[in-house]
Amino acid sequence: MIGSPDVVAFTKEEENGETNADSWALPEEFSVPLNPHVNSNPWAKTSFAKFTKDFILISEFSEQVGPQPLLTIPDDPKVCGTFDLNYFSLRIMSVDYQASFVGHPPGSGYPRLSFVEDSRVVLGDSKEGAFAYVHHLTLYDLEARGFVRPFCMAYVSADERKIMMQFEELSRRFSQASECLKTGNRRAFAKELQRKLRDLEYTRSVLQKEEGLQREAGPQGIYSAHVVEKANELANVEKSIYEHRDLLRQISLYPCRPRRDPHAATCRKCITDCLSESKELLDKYVTLDDPLKPNYTYRGERVEDGGSQDGESRGKKEDEEEGVEGVGRRSSYTPQLIKAKPAKCFDKRLKTLQELCDQTFYEATVELLKETERSFRGDLCYLHTRRLDRALRRKQQITNFLFEEDLGEDDKEGGGSIRLFCAVNHTVDNNRLACPPIVLCPQPLELNVLDLASETSHTQGSDLRPGGSQLESSPSDQTLETHESSEETKCSFSSDRSVEGQVEGDQSLASMKSVPADPDLTFDPDLTPEQDLTIDMERQSTSEEAETTAGEDEVENGGDVTPLSLLDSELDASRGDECEEQGEKRCADGTVTKPELSAPLDTACCMAQEGFLYEASLREDVEPGLRSSSYPPPPHSLVVKQEPQATLPLQGDYAVGSPHSESPTAGFDLPAGPHGDAVSRCSAEEGSDCTMSASTGSDRAASPLGYGGVMTLRQRKKAAQGALRFVRQYPFALQALWCLLSGRTLVVLGTDEGRVRRLVSALALFVPAPGRCSERVQPWLSCPFNLTDLQRWKLIGLQRVASPAGSNMLYSLSRYSRYISILDVDQKTLRCPPYRGRLLANIADHRTCLRRGSTYFLHVQSALSGLAARAFLLTFTHHLHLPVSSQEGPEAAEGRRRGFLEEQLGLGEEDGQILLYLSGLVSQRYLQPDMGAAAAPSFSFTYTTSVLYKI
Amino acid sequence: MLRWILGGRESHGAVEKSPVLCIGEEQPQNWFTELQVLKGHFDIVRFLVQIDDFRCASAGDDGLIFVWNVETGEKLLELRGHSQQITALTTLTCTTEDATHTSLISASSDRTLSLWDPDTGNRVQTISDLQSSVKCLLVLERLCVWVSGAAELCVWNKDFQLQCQRHNQSDTGITSMIELPKNCIAAAMDKEIVIYRLTVSTDFSLSMAEMRCLSDHQDNIRALILVDDGLFASGSHVGELILWDSTDWNILAYEHILWEESQADTQSEIRLTAPKPSEMSIQHLTTNGKLILAAVGSGLYVYSVWTKAVVAYRRVAHDSNILHTMLLSDSELMSCSEDGSLRMWEMQDLPLPAEPASPGFFGMWSFGRSGKAPVPPTKKIMELPSVRTLELTGDLIGHSGAVQMFLSFGEMGLVTCSTDHLLILWKNRERQSHLRSLALFKKLEDNDGLGHSVF
Repeated sequence: MIGSPDVVAFTKEEENGETNADSWALPEEFSVPLNPHVNSNPWAKTSFAKFTKDFILISEFSEQVGPQPLLTIPDDPKVCGTFDLNYFSLRIMSVDYQASFVGHPPGSGYPRLSFVEDSRVVLGDSKEGAFAYVHHLTLYDLEARGFVRPFCMAYVSADERKIMMQFEELSRRFSQASECLKTGNRRAFAKELQRKLRDLEYTRSVLQKEEGLQREAGPQGIYSAHVVEKANELANVEKSIYEHRDLLRQISLYPCRPRRDPHAATCRKCITDCLSESKELLDKYVTLDDPLKPNYTYRGERVEDGGSQDGESRGKKEDEEEGVEGVGRRSSYTPQLIKAKPAKCFDKRLKTLQELCDQTFYEATVELLKETERSFRGDLCYLHTRRLDRALRRKQQITNFLFEEDLGEDDKEGGGSIRLFCAVNHTVDNNRLACPPIVLCPQPLELNVLDLASETSHTQGSDLRPGGSQLESSPSDQTLETHESSEETKCSFSSDRSVEGQVEGDQSLASMKSVPADPDLTFDPDLTPEQDLTIDMERQSTSEEAETTAGEDEVENGGDVTPLSLLDSELDASRGDECEEQGEKRCADGTVTKPELSAPLDTACCMAQEGFLYEASLREDVEPGLRSSSYPPPPHSLVVKQEPQATLPLQGDYAVGSPHSESPTAGFDLPAGPHGDAVSRCSAEEGSDCTMSASTGSDRAASPLGYGGVMTLRQRKKAAQGALRFVRQYPFALQALWCLLSGRTLVVLGTDEGRVRRLVSALALFVPAPGRCSERVQPWLSCPFNLTDLQRWKLIGLQRVASPAGSNMLYSLSRYSRYISILDVDQKTLRCPPYRGRLLANIADHRTCLRRGSTYFLHVQSALSGLAARAFLLTFTHHLHLPVSSQEGPEAAEGRRRGFLEEQLGLGEEDGQILLYLSGLVSQRYLQPDMGAAAAPSFSFTYTTSVLYKI
Repeated sequence: MLRWILGGRESHGAVEKSPVLCIGEEQPQNWFTELQVLKGHFDIVRFLVQIDDFRCASAGDDGLIFVWNVETGEKLLELRGHSQQITALTTLTCTTEDATHTSLISASSDRTLSLWDPDTGNRVQTISDLQSSVKCLLVLERLCVWVSGAAELCVWNKDFQLQCQRHNQSDTGITSMIELPKNCIAAAMDKEIVIYRLTVSTDFSLSMAEMRCLSDHQDNIRALILVDDGLFASGSHVGELILWDSTDWNILAYEHILWEESQADTQSEIRLTAPKPSEMSIQHLTTNGKLILAAVGSGLYVYSVWTKAVVAYRRVAHDSNILHTMLLSDSELMSCSEDGSLRMWEMQDLPLPAEPASPGFFGMWSFGRSGKAPVPPTKKIMELPSVRTLELTGDLIGHSGAVQMFLSFGEMGLVTCSTDHLLILWKNRERQSHLRSLALFKKLEDNDGLGHSVF
């Protein structure tokens, strides 16, 4: 019927055992690929695909109508074009991976739930020009055949290589989404079971009553056919009750399965939460026993044998069940009578995906998938370069704060997977606490999620994030604020508004989401036993094993007994633990490579060879790479040296650090905020060298004052446009940039606020160590400043006031003139010490041929990172600072330092000052990474005469 | 005795704003190229006291005393306890066999005296319910006692027990005190200096007797300092500077500083205005044993103890009244003022209009300036009134209010305190960056390279 889809070959080549022999050699991560597509035109393949962009497709294999597409992300018909989704669904669902095991296994009285693991397959349809990463999963549905509903999520792309090379990342993200869905599904399933159970109980009681009546009505000892029929019916109902109870028990045991999925990141909090919660549940059952008593008596009078059976079974039953009943008794749910004859299979309406999963979980999943889709936009080249860039930056953590503060984002991403899992997980907590339920964007998560230093710092960052809106507030406000000129000012600039907005957002989200969640709470008091169903996300298996719970013992045995461990059964629990450990490690420092994924994958998922060549060597490389960089690498080592294939080691890092475009702090990342879709698309296009789209819907990006918070890439590029204009317009731009880079505060003085702000935002690109939220930049100030302000801000936009207040300001300008340079926007003059160096000529070329802001931005970035690298070298070269022998005085080191700057780096006096300043920042940062040390920051300056530059 | 009144008091004419003395931004001799702003006080900071090589204490109108580490700029301790402004702060050093321990004594307007341990921050002793608030404190190391000056003069031992007490008739009370030889104390109140002698009787009890009352000043005494063992000096509100013999309490020299109104002088600058009393007031006196530096209004005045003559002066050294001065060496001095700046000066020889005098003559001057040679001073009266000039070598601008006081820690730096509630630590960037480098490589070593650095 269907031709077998061309499953793409994916094999993993043996890890080449060669370790990093030369520890001084440049680590592979530092090298830049020459051209990954040496022979092929990367765009050639896409030509005959019928869709324009990659998309995510969710399909299900309906038992009524067969494979059918449910949803595409983005949900836009234009995306798929003429591509036949139905046909493609058919193809991807036809890989019938699951030998779903339903029914009564031998030796067991009750139907078994099959705990089918997800499968991941890459397949392609060369005719359609479509390739897909396909993630199959099953959800439970009480009304479905065998209680399971097969679904699949597919990432569809025209570029086969893209899928191959992103396989791990795709797999990771889809696993997350799948976990999210399944968690919600288990919850819903358990709920449904409970409801069903109550219905059954009710039916039974009704039947019992009827039967009793009939028995009394009829003659003693003789049973009419009617009575017998009733008795049979009753027996059926009772059987059904046991079956359902068993199902409930099985589903509650789900989290106890051994997990082998290396993707299932564990986090301590989850585990402890899980433990504590289960303990809590146990406690609850204990207390719930008593309230059950009346129930007994009530039932006891109904039917004797039923009661005794009840009691007997009750003894054997799981705690959960009692709990369920106990709680269920008090529910407001009205049980319904269950008809003896089930509806015909095709009569009933199958539940939709939303119904199958909890609404919140469904939304979270869709959100996750949307994010996945966003983060994979752009072609492979672009993704690759971005990843490379990120990996390189991650290696230079010591100097990144100088010009690329946003790197912290990546660190945070290191724990991304964990966070997401926790997000879902902690949703449960939140639900119970009636807090905002599931929120899958990073900011709110940090409020409740475990993690580490990086995260807390980020939280601060985002808390302090001054909103662009605040910056637009009237100058008079700020006058008051800055007048305090101390910490308070800082607070005032870190506008409450943005934070508020966020909070509001959360709340609205909360209210929005708690609507579906809350009725659950009231409607389903039996939520209690479910909670432990939903906590289980820490560990999930990836393996292809279809694992059936056959009782607790087998569960304890790690599922080895499972009848259907089709594949790869050597993958045992210890392996799982190992993976888990690695997962944790990764969680801790974000840079460690991912745990080995390949083994569980290679049986089912086929992939191009190159993908996983380097994992082993990569892991080796990370540490030596860092360590060797503590010594100055020889200058030539910065040269590109790499064969194309070796670009992939980054995959490991990438698997860890997936981009979170959601985050507002995602400076370099795709700046796709919840409302920034257009922006992100746009920047993705830019990244992949498409034309820059001129219009965006986002006013955030359109605002020239965008620097108060963390600047997005787009804002930076816009700022770069301004900087380029400045450079081309003012011949003394060179001097102004020098002031900024050598740490002399630059005051931009002008009457027109917009103009000053624009210029400040343009120049802010050049402020070293601007802080995560540009704390070192004050875009608009309309009151006199003092020394503390100068110490805090390196770039100040100052209002020129003609009134008497202005004289005060002029006084402070002249008073502190030795510490500042003044760029007068109105007069077009610059007052600063003379600069005659050549270092900056490259980025401040009056007659530059660059025309576009984004190009100039990249140009500046590369120049600045060059500076940062040199500053790093200067900072950490021992003999440039300290005497090498005891005979030497400090002058010798001083002389060497000067020699290094002048001869080796070829820098003049003033250029040397830039490096010394940067180096000072680096060492200060190294000594006090938190910056919040007990001692006040120091502020250095020189006593040099200023000159006035004019146009 | 050299009278140096060159202007008349009659011309209380128009007082013009003094020309702003500006050195410009090029200050090659100014090595204070890095600063740290120390925050904490929330009112005027008036006192700075050095505790040891690297610590100092600051106190002010907010009643708080902070102990700072001058090396790092860290605030080590906050000594809280006084409810009103601090009026005096001094150190009390106890020397035992093995160690010396320094404590802080503070006096406040809430009429309490406290003893603090600057290592722990404990308030070791407190005396409250004094009859008046103490304005000055003096520690007599030799007698192991300390003296508080207020409306009454109290002598305390190191355990804060009152030894003896003496009431005064004066309204204002004692404003400053110095220790004189032979267990004597000179206390300035109003226009008088009263000499007390402390005697230790056989049963180790102390008694105090008034020996003499010196009432030669025309106006309130603003400054009182001990120059050397045989000499002390006092300055008054109207610019009188009197040198006293510290054993027989006779006047050795009397100098009435009145800036000349108009005089063809060798000085580079000429004032054309009449002096106001506040412009003549001797705000602060400091000495290194050879020179006395007087802050007169907004001017500086260097007086040689040996020659009893003015060596150098600068009538408008600051834009406003000078509050504190210091002699760094025989030729370098510093001053801070209400104008918010601190200025560094160097005494330089004037280029002589004609051929210099005989080499011997000139050499003697240079000797007097450097003071290196142990040759006894020649008491030759100089015919030239003033042969040297005070040249501004640098200024420190940072405070936005009056600089109340400063304290030098040598090459480690300089601490200034100000009306703007801040302290500023001025340092040498070269030195600091060297220290940072040391720390950096130390940390690098501790961390075993960059790989393990915590970020």
